[in-house]
This record gives sequence, C-alpha cells and structure tokens, in this order.
Amino acid sequence: MTQSAKPGPSADPVIRMSHVSKWYGHFQVLHDVSLDVRKGERVVVCGPSGSGKSTLIRCINRLEVHQSGQIFVKGLEMTDNVKNIDTIRRHIGMVFQNFNLFPHLTVLENLTLGPMLTRQMKKSAAEDLAMHFLRKVRIPEQSGKYPLQLSGGQQQRVAIARSLCMEPEIMLFDEPTSALDPEMIKEVLDTMIELAESGMTMIVVTHEMGFARTVADNVVFMADGRKVESGPPEEFFGNPREERTRAFLDQILKH
Amino acid sequence: MSSVPSSPLAAPAAAAYDPDARLSALAWLRANLFSSVWQSLLTLAVAFVLIRFFWFVLDWGVVNAVFYTTDPDVCRAATGACWAVIAEKHRPMLFGLYPYDEHWRLVLMMAIYLGTVVLSLWPRCWNLRFLVPLWIVSSLSIGVLMFGGVLGLRYVPTSEWGGLPLTMLLFTGTVLIGMPVAVLLALGRRAPLPVARGVSVVFIEALRGVPLITILFVAVNVFPLFLPAGVEVNKLLRITVGIAIFFACYQAEVIRGGLQAIPRGQYEAAASLSLSYWQTTRRIILPQALRISLPAITNHIIAAMKNTSFVIIIGLFDILTATTAVMQDPLWRKFYIEAYLFVAAVYLFFGYALSLYARQVEKWIASGRI
Repeated sequence: MTQSAKPGPSADPVIRMSHVSKWYGHFQVLHDVSLDVRKGERVVVCGPSGSGKSTLIRCINRLEVHQSGQIFVKGLEMTDNVKNIDTIRRHIGMVFQNFNLFPHLTVLENLTLGPMLTRQMKKSAAEDLAMHFLRKVRIPEQSGKYPLQLSGGQQQRVAIARSLCMEPEIMLFDEPTSALDPEMIKEVLDTMIELAESGMTMIVVTHEMGFARTVADNVVFMADGRKVESGPPEEFFGNPREERTRAFLDQILKH
Repeated sequence: MSSVPSSPLAAPAAAAYDPDARLSALAWLRANLFSSVWQSLLTLAVAFVLIRFFWFVLDWGVVNAVFYTTDPDVCRAATGACWAVIAEKHRPMLFGLYPYDEHWRLVLMMAIYLGTVVLSLWPRCWNLRFLVPLWIVSSLSIGVLMFGGVLGLRYVPTSEWGGLPLTMLLFTGTVLIGMPVAVLLALGRRAPLPVARGVSVVFIEALRGVPLITILFVAVNVFPLFLPAGVEVNKLLRITVGIAIFFACYQAEVIRGGLQAIPRGQYEAAASLSLSYWQTTRRIILPQALRISLPAITNHIIAAMKNTSFVIIIGLFDILTATTAVMQDPLWRKFYIEAYLFVAAVYLFFGYALSLYARQVEKWIASGRI
C-alpha cells in the first residue's frame, strides 16, 4: 500500500470470501460477492442502506448464513460444522450498531464473561484483562456500573473492550457510530483509530467517510447486494470508476 | 433502569393531582365526589353500602361475637360471630387426620419448613454451598418428622397426612418440580431443534387445554394401570407431580413471553463471544427473561398454592378439605362461616407474603442488587 506510515498488511488473506450469495426467501441480498482481507488490513465497506453491507460482514462470523460461495477465515472454511463456527468466532470480535451489551451485568462482568466461559480464564485474570482494555478505551472508572447508566459513546467503547477481551485477530464493526449522538461519534472513532494503529485487522461498515479516508487500506462500495467497486481510499474518493459510486459519494460528501 | 418513562395512561392522573393546585378539603370533596348530581348520588349510594358493611362487620364480628367458650350453646345464644369455633377446632383444621398426639411433630416441621424457605428467599443466603446442605438437612428432618418410624417416632403413612403441612409440602413440591420443567418447556418451544419444539408444543397445548382435575384423575386412577404389577408409586407423589406439570405448562408460556422480549442482539452478542447455546441461555437470556416475567410468574405461583386444595380427589385432607370435614360436627356445624374465614385468612397470609416478597424482588432487580 502507498501509505508507508501504517503497518503494512501481509500477503496472505486471513479472510477470503469468494462468490458469496445469499437470499432472504426470493430476495437476493448478496450477489456473488468476493473479498480478500489480509492480516493487518483495514477495510471499510460503505454503500446506501439496504445494499447488503451489514449482511456481508455478518456472514463472516455466521450471524447470517450464506447459501452459495465460500468463506474462509484463516484457511478454515465456514460451513455448518459447529466446531468450525466456534473456532472461527474465537478469531473474530464484533461490534454492533446497538452495542448489544448485556444489561443485567455490570461493565466488568460484561467484559469477563467471555474469557471466563470460553477461554477458561480465572476470575482474577479475566478482571485484570478487562481493566487493561477498559483503560485502553479510557473508561476504567465505569467498571462497576450497568450499561444503561452509561452514555451511548461509553457503551460502544465498552462493547469494543468486550470484544477485545477475547483477544481476537480480526474485528468486525457493523455501523458502530450510527446509533450515536453526533458529539459521541468522535470518541468511538478515536478508539477505533487507535485500534487500527495497533495493527488489528478490521472490517468496518460505516458512513463515516472521514474515517475511511484516514484509516482504510481498502474501501469497498456496495449497492443492491453487489460489490460495485473497491480500491485504496485516495483512488476511491479521488477517482471513482463507477457511476453509482460517484452518485453515492456526491450525496454523502455534500453535507 | 431507574428512569421509568411515564406511560400515556399516567399523564392525565398526574395532571388531576397537580400538587400546586392543592385544594381545601371542601373543594376537594366537591371536585372529586360531588361534581354533578349523578356523581353525588353515586357517592352517597357507595357511602351507604360501605357504612352498612363496616357496621355489620363490627356488630357481627366484634360487638356481639363470642371469642372464647367450649360450650357451643353459648355461641348459639349470641347474635354475633362464634370465633370460639377456631379455638375449639383449630387442630383438626390445621393438621387434618394426622394422629392427634403427634401434632407437635407437625408444629416442629412447619417451623423447620418456614425457616428454610425464609433463609432461601434471602439474597444474602444465595450460595449453593449453604443452600444445598440446608435443604438436604431440612428435607431429611421434615421426612423423619412426618413419616416417623425411626428414633422412636410412630410411623404415620401419607394417607393420614393433612392440613397446613400437607398444603405446604404440595405447594413446595409443585414449585420445585414445576419451575425447572417450565423453563425447559419454554426453551424447548423456542429451540432450534424441531423435535424439542414439537414435544414442547404438544405437551404444553395438550395439558393446558384440559382441566387440572382431569390431569389429577389420570395421575391417580389411570397412571397406575400402566405400571407393572407390584410396582406402586405413592399417591401423594403422583398428585404432586400432576399439579406440578399443570403448573409448568402455564408457567412455560409466561417464561416464553419473557424470552420473546429479549432482543435478537443479545443472542448475536453472545454468539460473537462464541458462547455455547447453554452458556448463552443460562448467563444471558434466562436471567433477563425471568426478570421480565417475574410479576406473571408470581401470579402463577400464588395460584399454585391454592390449587393444592385439589388433593381432595384422592381423599387427602389439606387445610380446606380438613375444615369442611371438621365442620360436619353437629355441635359446631352452624359456625362454618367463621371456620372458613379462618382458612381464608391463612391462605391470605401466605398469598400476601408471597406477593410482598415478589415486589421486594422487583425492587432488588431495579436497584441492580440481583
């Protein structure tokens, strides 16, 4: 990649999606989408709503099931095999639009639950790990509170920390700032930028074009369930090849 | 959690009781009770009925009542209530057919039972290392006290058990067997496996659609026909399981309501942390679903307490049936109303205690204590 300041992605794809299609009943939400993501690469997926971008990344950890094509994560194919699904999910953290924190657990309990249940960590070790990541997202003082006592931006940072506690190699972000009030978007984006700088492999579905421009190695534009075009941000924003892309960028960048 | 959004129904009431517009007593009366001719008439009519009722209660229940006598003729001569019947008959009412000289065992049993239950309901005691031994020890001692046959205690078969202890045992059995079954049925009905779903649906719909008395009839009279010769399952146990399963079918639907209220995102977040189905269910879904459905769960638990009186159909005498039987005594028969009021008060005491406790639990949940 051209931006030499960033840690360069390695050559092997950690995620390989080839010719993935998916239908809801008769409605096709994904049309033959292929995408490779290398280790350390930051991919931003954008496009109008209903374009299938969320469905695409939700197929990667099988929150959605694709009906044709193949998805490989670290060389392992995502199939019906429960063991494969479990192994792949352990490599992948996910951050949701609506945070999806567990409201009956404190922030600390939200963070320690995964490591204690699926990685058999001792409680004290899991708490140390949780506090480490809460400090990273700059809210260690909120550890004893319940999620609904926090602001939206704080909740989303807790959700990021919760995913990081599983020590994943890949992070998926499904419109992480779309449910936030404008003044809270920055604190979440800053957290994501720091994560990107640490070399995490990330796939981010977002409308934040500023984030895409500064952080992405590869920007993917989707419309009507198809991957319309993709490329490095300077090319994508500076010189979009497709008419649909230009129309979308015109709309979104005007404001 | 702390902010309760005011419902649209609450808004007009809040406006009507605006504290800034607090009126004098007279003005309040006019505004609320005598605002029109029609409303004034209604107020007077209701006041008349209430005053007559309370006057009757006072006159019959206190002023002219007989509180203590061993002679039924004294009661007959009085125009008021005969509360003496309770003093006279409380032992067979509370303890049924259980041998009279052994009633102390039941008193002790109830003390152990209530102590155990109260401790178990107290959050500070919610620790399996304490609760499991507690329930083992108290179940064993209750068993020894009720059955006897050891330690020089006379053997009392279950056919002679009765009264309040029987009601308590049936109720506890119903809840302890019924709640886990209810949770499994509710989960089964929403399970990804078609077999589990089918079994749960058939089970719930079939049993919910028939009257409890039919289920008990099957448990008592039909079920034994399917057992090999010589095998016998205790009648009391059969009927407890019957009531428990009926309870579970209703409770399952209540819990399913709670399960449906859990947003899909909770399952997805758990999946993305690679939690298994059971880990997700136990740690994420059930704690939230049970909290949501707690008021309705309490409702069914209180109903289950009263359903225990169905043991009449196997000839056991719970507190209600025992009272009916006791009041056959020709000397005291006239005063059955007082006796039934006493039974009602006992039910009310336990029913109200349960609902107070449930309200306390809701407060603990709201404050994040549990």
